[in-house]
Amino acid sequence: MAEEKKLFKVTIDNITIDVEPGTTILHAARAIGGDVTPPAMCYYSKLKGSGGKCRTCLVEVAAGSAADPRPMPKLVASCRTTVMDGMVVKNITSERVQDARAGVVEFLLLNHPLDCPICDQAGECHLQDLSYEHGKEGTRYEFKRRTFEKEDIGPYIQLHMTRCILCYRCTYVADQLTDQRVHGVLDRGDHAEISTYISKAIDNDFSGNMIDVCPVGALTDKTFRFKNRVWFTKPVEAHRDCDKCCGKVTLWQRGDEVLRVTARKDEWGEVQSYEGQPGWICNTCRFDKKKTSDWVIEGPANVSRHSVISQGHYTGLKKPREIMPEVMGGRAPKLLMDIHDVSDVNSVDISALPGPATSETFKKKEL
Amino acid sequence: MGRKLLLEKAHVENIRLYEVYRREGGYRSVEKALKSMSPDQVTEEVKKSGLRGRGGAGFPTGMKWSFLAKPEGVPRYLVVNADESEPGTFKDRYLMEFIPHLLIEGMITSSYALGSNRSYIYIRGEYAWIVDILEQAIAEAKNNGWLGKNILGTGFDLEIYVQRGAGAYICGEETALLESLEGKRGNPRIKPPFPAVKGLWDCPTVVNNVETIAAVVPIVNEGGDEYAKIGVGKSTGTKLISACGNISKPGVYEIDMTISVEEFIYSDEYCGGIANGKKLKACIPGGSSVPILPANLLLKTAKGETRYMNYESLADGGFATGSMMGSGGFIVMDDSQCVVKHTYTLARFYRHESCGQCSPCREGTGWMEKILWKLETGKGQLSDIDLLWDIQRKIEGNTICPLGDAAAWPVAAAIRHFRDEFEWHVTNPEDAVRRNYGIGRYADPIAVPVTA
Repeated sequence: MAEEKKLFKVTIDNITIDVEPGTTILHAARAIGGDVTPPAMCYYSKLKGSGGKCRTCLVEVAAGSAADPRPMPKLVASCRTTVMDGMVVKNITSERVQDARAGVVEFLLLNHPLDCPICDQAGECHLQDLSYEHGKEGTRYEFKRRTFEKEDIGPYIQLHMTRCILCYRCTYVADQLTDQRVHGVLDRGDHAEISTYISKAIDNDFSGNMIDVCPVGALTDKTFRFKNRVWFTKPVEAHRDCDKCCGKVTLWQRGDEVLRVTARKDEWGEVQSYEGQPGWICNTCRFDKKKTSDWVIEGPANVSRHSVISQGHYTGLKKPREIMPEVMGGRAPKLLMDIHDVSDVNSVDISALPGPATSETFKKKEL
Repeated sequence: MGRKLLLEKAHVENIRLYEVYRREGGYRSVEKALKSMSPDQVTEEVKKSGLRGRGGAGFPTGMKWSFLAKPEGVPRYLVVNADESEPGTFKDRYLMEFIPHLLIEGMITSSYALGSNRSYIYIRGEYAWIVDILEQAIAEAKNNGWLGKNILGTGFDLEIYVQRGAGAYICGEETALLESLEGKRGNPRIKPPFPAVKGLWDCPTVVNNVETIAAVVPIVNEGGDEYAKIGVGKSTGTKLISACGNISKPGVYEIDMTISVEEFIYSDEYCGGIANGKKLKACIPGGSSVPILPANLLLKTAKGETRYMNYESLADGGFATGSMMGSGGFIVMDDSQCVVKHTYTLARFYRHESCGQCSPCREGTGWMEKILWKLETGKGQLSDIDLLWDIQRKIEGNTICPLGDAAAWPVAAAIRHFRDEFEWHVTNPEDAVRRNYGIGRYADPIAVPVTA
């Protein structure tokens, strides 16, 4: 007789959810979704051993469990802390967490070059998202930023060490996806760098996945370099029969031209899984199949409404769940001003206008 | 004069060699433990002794041992942390250099208690010559039947290996040490799981400081209750203090934790007072990571009571007015020392030694160092002091391992107690590069509020 699985009750920001034992706080929060999910820069659910390093996902545990309701003294990394039955977690409702997270964002940006205008990752960069959501305006850092010597790690992958936030995800890819690892972290502290030993080219069928897991622009696709801004390209889901990988990809097109091929990403920015297997793609699919005729097109990819990529008004936009009323116990958040009371800003179809849009275009039409 | 348990025989000629050590009563604890006690009885004695970890945190050793998971068929390990890299701490070096057999003896007894058949000494890379001393001691012990298979005919097997680190401070953190011992990059692991459950090669492991393991020898010889009679309160037994800085007699002293800080610094038996007739300005009582205290708070607590050299008294007042026993690296500073410069030196050390794994420590330590350098060279602003405070606040407690805390505490304590001196560096930038602030009011008696 199969024993009934006991589920753990965990409350995150006043929302209670039942999860299986062994689930991490981060995964429980992801199951709820929306704003209560802590950001994660280094954790990657498909890479074993990742997480715990960036400290952006710190949360406050207000009650350890039903059996032992004492709070945990320190903030904990939600990506590596498993839930207990009756645990009470505070994320966006905790001032300590907000303060610590703003600190972590400041630390991450301290030596980051902020060269977003010339960075290929801009528009799909997790550090950009994190800074917008949790960072502060301006920096208190007044010293020269750290730089590294440029290093060539092969024909496909461009390494920009100055942009790296040392999340270690790429080293886990090298460890777990590719054989004969040549890629790792050299040196330590603020001069630690990801590198190949020594300046060896990365030559492996699955090495390109490092680009997909990199949360920032430290590892970018050389075949796409400076070709286009991601928000001008159109994500299209496609597949092909590949003997090495799942062959399920997103093509990033401009017109009929395929500028870039990546693995398909889920809503947390990780590669999607198919039947429990992460959908890593091989380098042939990623770098060599740059014609639409190579692929069977499935249709437009889903893009989050908050992403700058959605400004192209592609179909398949996903609207995130409205979570604030739940966090606030049924009360709606107090808005200082609802933009839609005074403006039609989001409902005008700009491309249908005969001429350029002006402020008049967006004025609220009195009904 | 306090009783000595560890260093009593340290100066017997050639105590480093097995014959002399044995003649002086060495390896009695192994005989006693293996022949007449069960492993649990040894652990029980250690528990009764109230011995606390000598590496810095002061966690009760007996309790740590009893947390060790004991699943069937899985080996357990004892790892001795000899990666003594804390600035100001050199007690383990002394112990291993002069009386290495004490450590080996303690390891055999402890391994028996923990059920470890392979025990390791992880020693810092800079102690290269001590590796030879230890290996010679291990070889001698093995030749005389104290190591190997079936020790003393009791069926207990043990091998001890010495592993040299490559010179990283972070490898003194127990999980980083285990990673390094496994041959990996010495990054601290994320806890839980703790080493007692998943340590070396994912097996249950106890990591103890050299001095802790050495203290097991007198505990087993004399019994836990006898050991607990020495010292005061929860600070039982003796503690090695490595005193350095501006004192007349720097060195390693064994104290029984009942003497006052004042006596330790000024008595001829110990440090012999401040060198060159200068005045005591400040002191870090437990190795570079613990909060620095000005002279007035060092000798007396905030309540005006005498401060003693033990875990509780040094920590009296919390971080607001107290410090920590730490690893026993006693650094004394006289009135010619500059606290800003000193704090900068420590910040530089922690920046250099940060492993770079988690963001607050990797970025924050470098930032603090740069700001402190600015202040030290007279280019700082008053707002920099508050900025420093804010940075250390955001590092502390938000990192994977205690190195973040260790980097934040000295800065926090320096600003807390020596803010005048920091401000003086800003308001008198020309003086700041030419001369020192001096003793200020740091040795003035503290006004204790009178309670009715």
